[in-house]
This record gives sequence, structure tokens and C-alpha cells, in this order.
Amino acid sequence: MTDAPRLHLAGITKRYPTVVANDGIDLDVRPGEIHAVLGENGAGKSTLMKIIYGVVKPDAGSIAWDGKRVAAFTPARARRLGVGMVFQHFSLFETLTVAENIVLALDHDRAGPGLPARIRDVSERYGLPLDPDRRVHSMSVGERQRVEIVRCLLQDPRLLIMDEPTSVLTPQAVEKLFETLRRLAAEGCSILYISHKLDEIRALCHRATVLRGGKVTGECDPRHESSTALARMMIGGDLPHPRHRAARPGGAAMLVVANLTLPAADPFGTGLHDVCLGVHAGEIVGIAGVSGNGQAELLAVLSGECRLADPGGVVIGGVPAGRQDAGARRALGLGFIPEDRLGRGAVPEMSLAENTLLTAHRQGLVAHGFIRNDAVRAAAAATIKEYRVKAGGPDAIARSLSGGNLQKFIVGREIRQRPKVLIAAQPTWGVDVGAAAQIRQALIDLRDAGAAVLVVSEELDELFEICDRIAVIAQGRLSALRPASETNAAEIGMLMSGSFIAPGTHGGRQFSPAGAIGAD
Amino acid sequence: MDQVAELLVLTLAAGTPLVFAALGELVTEKSGVLNLGVEGMMLVGAVTSFMVAATTGSPWLGVGAGMLAGAALSLVFAVLTLSLMANQVATGLALSLFGIGLSAFVGLGYVSIVIEGIAPLGVPGLSDLPLVGKLLFGHNPLVYLSLALFAAIRWFLYRTRPGLILRAVGENPQSAHAIGFPVVRIRYLAVMFGGACAGIGGAYLAVAYTPLWTEGMTAGRGWIALALVVFATWRPWRVLAGAYLFGGVTLATFQAQALGVTVPSQLLAMLPYLATIVVLAIISRDATAIRLNAPASLGRPFHPGL
Repeated sequence: MTDAPRLHLAGITKRYPTVVANDGIDLDVRPGEIHAVLGENGAGKSTLMKIIYGVVKPDAGSIAWDGKRVAAFTPARARRLGVGMVFQHFSLFETLTVAENIVLALDHDRAGPGLPARIRDVSERYGLPLDPDRRVHSMSVGERQRVEIVRCLLQDPRLLIMDEPTSVLTPQAVEKLFETLRRLAAEGCSILYISHKLDEIRALCHRATVLRGGKVTGECDPRHESSTALARMMIGGDLPHPRHRAARPGGAAMLVVANLTLPAADPFGTGLHDVCLGVHAGEIVGIAGVSGNGQAELLAVLSGECRLADPGGVVIGGVPAGRQDAGARRALGLGFIPEDRLGRGAVPEMSLAENTLLTAHRQGLVAHGFIRNDAVRAAAAATIKEYRVKAGGPDAIARSLSGGNLQKFIVGREIRQRPKVLIAAQPTWGVDVGAAAQIRQALIDLRDAGAAVLVVSEELDELFEICDRIAVIAQGRLSALRPASETNAAEIGMLMSGSFIAPGTHGGRQFSPAGAIGAD
Repeated sequence: MDQVAELLVLTLAAGTPLVFAALGELVTEKSGVLNLGVEGMMLVGAVTSFMVAATTGSPWLGVGAGMLAGAALSLVFAVLTLSLMANQVATGLALSLFGIGLSAFVGLGYVSIVIEGIAPLGVPGLSDLPLVGKLLFGHNPLVYLSLALFAAIRWFLYRTRPGLILRAVGENPQSAHAIGFPVVRIRYLAVMFGGACAGIGGAYLAVAYTPLWTEGMTAGRGWIALALVVFATWRPWRVLAGAYLFGGVTLATFQAQALGVTVPSQLLAMLPYLATIVVLAIISRDATAIRLNAPASLGRPFHPGL
């Protein structure tokens, strides 16, 4: 690897009104190299990738391609040079077929009548089977990622940018993806691999550039570094370790769902089949699974957003609550941290104090129908202090907080109400490492205080770190709960691909077990 | 049997203004823009075409002028909503009210004028064939134009690359922008196509169907066209069927009045609107079909910089 770098960035700087996202970044990517860009959320990875893809213009610095300086980098220019990008949040059109989605991204001359055959050809060559005539909405997240990758491959990319590609895959599918990427690299394609998962980067990448606070803080060969060393470069300190107390079995069942079957209300949604779940006081139960397998539907049933006809369908603290709405369930001692921070967890345009009032109004914040403003502000201030939320105070607008800080605030708001049952959906999604550790510790502390906690997450590491028992949701079915100490990531990964479901029980349009990349 | 053929010809004639207006709106909405100004654009198209036809003596020049007038009015809408980011619903409603008022005002001097309209086609010999003669060769030329438009729009939307791009823009403008399509420009073109079609629909009323001008002569057909598109779940052939259903029931109420049915005429006049909406509402209950055909970004503004 002594050739001229395929891509050479020098002194790239991008300033936004309140923050310098990229501060004099230098980066070299050689042909055939898998190059990791490592950093916490907010370190400037996304901005840098957008600059390389031409979507964002840098304020200073230069970009060279194959040794030649490129003056203005636009998306069209970047694509002509051979830059392909697999977006973290996919850029697919759901109502169109696979072939139509791919045609849209190709130049006129490449999108000839032979395209379906070429899609099949490329997808088989790289072990990414695809049916060109299927519509995207009926595909799982993993299959959609395949479409994105195949779409890039058909453009003969010379530099492929992968933005957090494994967050939607089962561990087995991740292995398949890595094989594909290694093969591409062997054929001379450069790959920029963005992630915060240290193990993956050590297993896959030839080189790593570490970003912190918009600056390059290190460059190394990740194959020869320990995860601890990489983490230190990434966060500038050691990863905090959660304090655990041994599980105390024998608590009362606080949240019970028995034989819940619910057809999908949304034609693009997933129906629930025969779901049984029991969460006891003093334990954390985790639900793993690739998103889109019924998590949203199950959470809606548990929180009360979707009410059941049968009062006994959901039992909270011994009270049949299936027909109760979300407010009534909160009155029974249920706390809920939704996946979507801006919009469901908090009202973006309202202040933190007002957002506190939304769920905590039973905690003496309202008297005779009037809001006790001082008490509301005091409660918000206490949450900010206790959970070390970086915010301007109780009057700060929710939208103005960073993702991690807003999530800390929402978690704090719910926990301070001392719920008997707390449901947390993706509690650390898109949250930086430090805040994530703090949130996990708060959940563990709540468990130790005797509450029943249910965590739905796609991050297996997180579930194994904090959960006492783990189940897997796939195709709207829930596997049996097993103690976290008696299972492992490989076994859970198998379950995530639907292996526990008896054959012949597939009903209607479901996400198939072939959902994840190459899992079939 | 000739009477049946005659009735079918009249049904098509009555449904044709809706075919024009609703197909145009369908294309606009497929790009993700909701233009509620169809009624106004139809009326402005109608009055413009009538004025030009009366002045020049050529109804065909009138149709062309009506088309341009509809497109011009829709351009106002496009500038307000696509460039200046005004609310599409409010702007569309304002456009309808504006068009109703403007057409009434400029048409004042033309109310009792009679013009030579576009007459139904008559192919010597062929049109006099029994049964099929009238059915195949006896329509107004604009009826044939509307059917050609229908075929062209179906072909464009589902068989061509630009049609695919239009649908993609309507479904997910952010992704379309990321791939590199000029979302705003495409939406401008779609809105103006819709305006031009609404203009022709109005012109058909004023210079072909009933060659005269009366204030508010579209009688709410613009609103029915909007409802047609939604209830037809954005599928062209259902729009066509809905338009002819409306035409057929309109015709039936005329016949009923002629036969001396003792139902108040106001109630009979309601019937076409009611029947169209009821039937379409019943056949459009398939939620999956709606999700598959509805432009997901309908009515939502798109700003490429965000």
C-alpha cells in the first residue's frame, strides 16, 4: 500500500454558528484500504462524511482525489468520481421496488433494460441476495441495507462510505457484511467505515483515525490496539464500568403480558403473535431484536398508546390495565421512556420545565387545577442537577439540548417519579458513551431500589451489561426469557433471526428471517 | 340501442371536465404538492377561454388561452408554496377564492354572449354507422384529447424514468435530493401541469360543453376533482372511472327532471356529487393500496437546505 492516496483531506474545517464541527482534519485513504473513522456522537464524523460526499461545503481545507486536487466537491461530482455512501438512515423509497430504487440512483446510461439481471448478478456475486421486483416497504431493515449496498456497488464505487452499518444487523449478519467489505477492499475499493463499536473496528479495519471534539486525536492500526486504548483515544479517558448488584429473585410480578395477539393496524407494520412477558420487581428484563420486528407495536401496547379490548391483556402491579390509556397507566406507577426523544419523549419547542410537567404532574406540581410554576421549575432544576444535564436551566428549550443531554433529562424525569415499572425503548440510542454509561447506571440503580425495568434495545452489548433476563423479539413473536448469565451473544443472535419460531407459523406479510444481510 | 350509445356519449361529455382537472391534480399531488386551487384555476381557465373565443372567434385559441391561464395561476401558487414556503392548504384555498372572484369580475361583460363552440366530431359516413358510429366517432374533440391525456399520464407515471423520478420526489423529497434530483424544479413543473389541465377542464365547459359564460359555471367540479384524486387513491384509471360516474349520475338527474320526477331539483342536483363521493369512499378503503399509491410527502414543504 504505497500508492498515492485515493482520497486526501488536508486541514478540513467546518464551522457552525455554535460549534466547530471539523477543526483542521487531515485524512488519507489508500486504495483497497478499510479505514475506520472512530469517535463519539458529536465528534464530527457525520459532518466529515457529508463533506466527502459533497453535501456539505467545508469552510477551509482541500480535498485531493488520486493525487489531484478537486476544487468544488458536489454530490454529483463525488458520485462521478466513484464515491458511494450507505446512509445510516436509509435513503430508499418505500413504495417503489428494489429495481426502481436502484434505477433512480444510477446515471441514465447505466440504467438500461438489462438492469434487473445485473442487480441479480452483483447481489449474488457479493452474497447479498435481492429480488429486484420486491417493494422496499415489505423488507426488513437488513434487507434494505442490502439494497443500499448493491445500489452503491452498481455504480462501481472506488470509495465506499459506510455510516454505522451494523446497528441494524444480527451478529451473524455482521460477519457476512464484513466478508463482503473485505472482498470489496481486496478488489481495490477503498472503504471508510464509521462506527463507535471498537470490537468491529478491530476485527475489520486496516487503519483508524480517531476524532474527538472535531479534531483528529489519533491514528493507529486498530488490529494492534486494545479496545481500552482505542476508547481512551476516543473519549479521552477510561470507559466507566457499571456497578452491579447481584440479582434478587422472588420479586412480585409487576408487568405481565399473557398470550397477546394483535394484528398489525398499519399495513406496513408487524402484528404481534402470542406474546408472553413477565417483569418482576427488582430485575431488568431486556428485549433484543432487529428493529421492525414488532418492538414498536409491543411498546405501544405496554405504554397505553394502543389500548386492548381485554383489560387483562396488560397487568401493571396486579391491576388489569389493558383498556386504560397512557395517563391512567402512569397513575398506576408506570414510567415510559420512548425511543423518539424529540416528539414523544419531549415536546421540542417547550422548555424543560414544561416538559417535566407533561409526565410528572401527579407529583404535586398541580394544585386545584392550576400549575404550581415554582414547583415545576424546582423539579426540572433538580433533574438537571441530579443527572448532570448540560442545559441552560429549567427554561432551556428541549430542542436546544444535545441528544445525550436530552435523553439524560428524560430518563431523570421518569426515574424521579419513582415508577414501580419503567419501560425504556432504546435508552442510549444516538447517545455518547459517557451519557450512555450514566443512563445505564441510573437504570441499574432503579432496579436495585426495587422497581421492575424493561429495556428494549438493538444493542446486544448494552443488554448483556445491564439485564438480568433477556428475550428476543422476531416477526412479532417473543422468545422465552432466559437469564443473561446463561446465554451469550451468539445464541441471542440466532434467536434474532427467528430460529425459535416453529416453521409454518408465518402469517401474512412479515419480516422474514432472511431479513438480515446474508442470514439466509 | 342508439339511445344507449347516445347516453354513453353524453356521459363522457359530462365527465370530461373532471377528467382534465383531476388528472392534472393527480400529477401535482404525485409530486407531493397539494393544490386546493383547482376550482379557481378551472374558472379562470373557463372565463379566459370564453373571452378569447368570443373575441377571436376561434374556440381552439380559447382552449389554448384557458390552458395558459390555468398554468399562470398555478405558477402563483408554486412561487408562494415552493419558493416562499407558504402553507399549501391555505394558499390553495386562497387561490380558489381568488379565481372564483377574478373570473366573475373579468367575465361580467360576457355573460349573455353566445359563441360558436367546439362541436362534436362528425366523420362523414363513419359517424352514422349504427351503434358504434356515435360511440367511436361522435364525441367532442376535447373528449378524445382527455382520453389521450389519460393514456399519456399513465404511461408517463409508470413506464418512464421522469415519471419514476416524479413519484420518488412525492414520496421522499429528502432522499430524492440526496440522490441529486432538483426537487423544487420538478414540483414547479408538476404544479404547472396541473394548472394547465385544470385550465383546459374549465375551457371545455365554456367553449365546448355549454358554449357560454356564467359566473361560477364550474359548479364545484374543482372540489369534486380534488376528492376524486384522493378517493381514487392516486390511480389514473380510478380517476377516469370516478369522473364518468359523476357524468353518468349528472345525466340521470337531467333525465329524471325531464321525466317529471317530483323530487326538488336542488336535491337532484346534489346527487352526482353525493354518488361520486359515496362510491369512491367505499372502494377506497384498502389501507395498503392507499399507503402504496399515496405520495407520502403530500402537502409537506421541502427545503433543500435543511
